Amino acid sequence: MNPLAALGRRVLDVLRAFGHAAFFFVDLLRAVPASLRRFSLVVAQIHAIGNLSLVIILASGLAVGFVLALQMYYALVAYGAAESLGLIVNLALVRELGPVVTALLFAGRAGTSLTAEIGLMKAGEQLAAMEMMAIDPKSRVLSPRFLAGMVSMPILAILFSAIGILGAYVVAVLLIGVDAGNFWSIMQSKVDVWRDVGNGIVKSAVFGVICTFVALYQGHETEATPEGVAYATTRTVVISSLSVLGMDFVLTALMFSTP
Amino acid sequence: MGKKGIETLVGLFVLLGIAGLVFLALKAANLASFSNGDTYTVMARFDNIGGLKVRAPVRSAGVTIGRIASITLDAKTYQGLVRMELDKSIVFPKDSSARILTAGLLGDQYVGLEPGGDEKNLSPGDTITQTQSAVVLESLIGQFLFNKAADSGAPPANGAKK
Repeated sequence: MNPLAALGRRVLDVLRAFGHAAFFFVDLLRAVPASLRRFSLVVAQIHAIGNLSLVIILASGLAVGFVLALQMYYALVAYGAAESLGLIVNLALVRELGPVVTALLFAGRAGTSLTAEIGLMKAGEQLAAMEMMAIDPKSRVLSPRFLAGMVSMPILAILFSAIGILGAYVVAVLLIGVDAGNFWSIMQSKVDVWRDVGNGIVKSAVFGVICTFVALYQGHETEATPEGVAYATTRTVVISSLSVLGMDFVLTALMFSTP
Repeated sequence: MGKKGIETLVGLFVLLGIAGLVFLALKAANLASFSNGDTYTVMARFDNIGGLKVRAPVRSAGVTIGRIASITLDAKTYQGLVRMELDKSIVFPKDSSARILTAGLLGDQYVGLEPGGDEKNLSPGDTITQTQSAVVLESLIGQFLFNKAADSGAPPANGAKK
């Protein structure tokens, strides 16, 4: 085969994959109303995706808050600005670390299990069996998981930021001895609810869509073999992490580039 | 686990999320300190706004009573036109003066309002006429050097020591 044709085929393959994913996404959205009518399915998935991710999210948030406060203290105390510790930790968590780290952990904790579950369902031909019984697997299996991921991610990100700020409070005020009143009041005077907290939540909602969609798509498109499921699970983590980081740059540029 | 148990746990999860959001909004951000709801707008023209930024506070006697809504250049007078949103419950006399001040030595700049003695009050859309521009460090130093040179009566190259 000549190299020109090889190049052409590669490009077409990539385009085809994108188109395929886009149609899958539209199908998922179409199935949302049907799964809203059976809301108990969504609730069960929120439990599996959201509740069970709580421990790792809260532990990570607390650790990030601790470490951020400790490190920032040494940088800030040189300028006599140790009271701004809370502000810096708050902005870093609410704007960036909360949504992004939560999304990365979510891809590892919930995304992989979604891919493996859907992939094994496909490998065991359960999805095909459902179609045989005239049950749409998209509205019965995929869409409730999609909705649950979309709902869970912002909640998890909010909790990550909140517990991180509390962790910074513990380190800064209780351990180091920064004044508690200044810690909170500087934070309150500089952090804006809509601009900082609100945009952070928008970010995490977008990441929720990305992570859940990638996980479901990889699971649905997996090869029906043990190796296929293993590859799909790996790809879920890699693709969702990279798209979250890339998307984060775009969203940050859109949201926070103007003063 | 039964269906009821799962529903309760999910309810708890959502409730926890709402609690976190309330914490972020009220304790860790400025929703409680100043609401955007009931405000009125007044304007002021400054020769130089220095480093004043949109959303910087407007203070009177040190108390925050409003925010800067927008800063534009007046095309006719070539002055900075600053639009401020003030808390509706606080009215100022018509001859109040506005100054651009700096919080601390290196802090952010804000607008300080000083009430005048007029019996009429500023109404929405009015312009504050008495303004004082931001202090620009370069011009301050330049003025200081100029005065020193004038005092010593000698060219500044000799040094200003007496």
